[in-house]
Amino acid sequence: MARLHELARLVRSKNAGPFAVTFDLIFDDPSTFEAVRDAGVVTPGLFAKLYGVPEEQVTLVAYTPALAIKATIPRPVASGDLADTDVFGAQLYGPLVELEVPGVAGRGAPAGGAVRP
Amino acid sequence: MLGTGFPEASLRAGLERRPAFLGVDAGSTDQGPQALGTGEPLLSREAIRRDLSLLLPAALEHGIPLLVGSAGPSGSDDALDGLWRVLREVAREQGLHPRVALIRAEQQAEHLAGELRAGRIHPLGAAPPLEEATLRRARRIVAMMGPEPYQAALDRGADVVLAGRSTDAAIFAAPLLRAGAAPGPAWHAGKIVECGAAASTARTAPDGMLGLVDDEGFSVEPLDRGMRCSPLSVAAHALYETPDPTRLIEPPGTLVTSDCRYEQAEDGRSVRVTGSAFEPAQRYTVKLEGAELAGYQTIVPAAVRDPLLLRQLDAWTDTLLEKIRERARGFLGAALEPGSWSVAVRVYGRDGALGALEPERRLEGHEAMLLFEFTAPEQAQATAIAKSAGLLAMHHPIEGWEGFVNAVAFPYAPYEIERGAVWRFSLNHVWELADPLAPFPIALEEL
Repeated sequence: MARLHELARLVRSKNAGPFAVTFDLIFDDPSTFEAVRDAGVVTPGLFAKLYGVPEEQVTLVAYTPALAIKATIPRPVASGDLADTDVFGAQLYGPLVELEVPGVAGRGAPAGGAVRP
Repeated sequence: MLGTGFPEASLRAGLERRPAFLGVDAGSTDQGPQALGTGEPLLSREAIRRDLSLLLPAALEHGIPLLVGSAGPSGSDDALDGLWRVLREVAREQGLHPRVALIRAEQQAEHLAGELRAGRIHPLGAAPPLEEATLRRARRIVAMMGPEPYQAALDRGADVVLAGRSTDAAIFAAPLLRAGAAPGPAWHAGKIVECGAAASTARTAPDGMLGLVDDEGFSVEPLDRGMRCSPLSVAAHALYETPDPTRLIEPPGTLVTSDCRYEQAEDGRSVRVTGSAFEPAQRYTVKLEGAELAGYQTIVPAAVRDPLLLRQLDAWTDTLLEKIRERARGFLGAALEPGSWSVAVRVYGRDGALGALEPERRLEGHEAMLLFEFTAPEQAQATAIAKSAGLLAMHHPIEGWEGFVNAVAFPYAPYEIERGAVWRFSLNHVWELADPLAPFPIALEEL
């Protein structure tokens, strides 16, 4: 088991236009990317639960050329509108950083250090 | 982005490679709706002048066009005129005489209302159908042009193209497509270079990117010799600011990157991309952006350090906000229509960044910042409420203490800050065009 920040090179969020925010989980090596992609925790349901949007409005794409998983959700409040808290959508990735990913060893973890569920 | 700066050495290094044109994006919606609401620039005139004072002579000396898109940053007429003034100053100072094409992107609400009735405006994603009243409420509306208006301007002999709102990639795809480049590589190269050096492995400062496009693909290379691109860094840039990295929707169609190959070139710092494809759209559509006034706002920041108060913060702010509302109704009375004004507080230290989306509802730590917001149809009303609210907050009773309390630490005197007009993005729609040039009038000016 490892936390997402121990696995990803970069976790970030940013507006994709004023009405959507997009999350990028970018990895260093193909095996970690594939392990996280296939671990069954980075799902539309995860984003639906964390960000309070209907699951069918979450688009989730694994983009192999960039070793990246990308999710996009409609913003609950349009960028800059009265109740908005993050005009650029820049810190919305916060709740993802410590996500527990089962069955994957963190970067730099000692060989055999992974605890298999 | 125009005005964020780039090293002069990078521009010179790029020019040595004999490019066919210089392009620069000057716009974004990232910074929120106020730029479109007000038409005002995001970056200072001085910063924009500095960049133009290098780009303009460079383009003219080398006999290549300079294309600037999404002027300043909203791409509205006021923003375009502001950029045009700066360009004229630079040309006059340097004794330059370019032929400049100005392409406008601002749209009239009445014309769009007719287009809406004709069924040519459609909602994007989960947006609700557009209402004519929404069009009429918007202070400014722009349409995001594709490459065709740029090409028409170049056809008319423009040395410099200053355009209103446009897609970022269209600025760069336009001259490439006009020169006969295959659409897949042309659009994909445009998408990568529009952010300058952002597709390099470690962009230490804003800088430029060189794109080389041929029939099979393209390569990109940071102009600064100290930066490099890797296959991963270039592929990752397809993720930036877009919902789907494999399908990038542009006015005339969709760039499809799912079959792309990214390879490091022998120089170790440029990346070759092949396999980019472009699917022409059934209908040519441009995105509409609009901003409407949400009111005028005054804010009051205040720190809280008392552990007793921190433990009862929600209950304390709930009763305080009700007291502030009651007092505001008392002195502004009939001037405030219900629903036209609001009083709110944000709690930094708990859910300042995420608001209602924050899964961690606990307030931990020894202090928090309260940010009170007062929004009303007029600035004076918002400020009147804020002035009254500050003192109400100061002495709002804290359970556990008896007597007259002093509850909040104001960092500033006066404690209220006027934010001016606040705006909201009001359109999330596309407009179907029979003629990609029609909404984007081009004017040629000789300097």
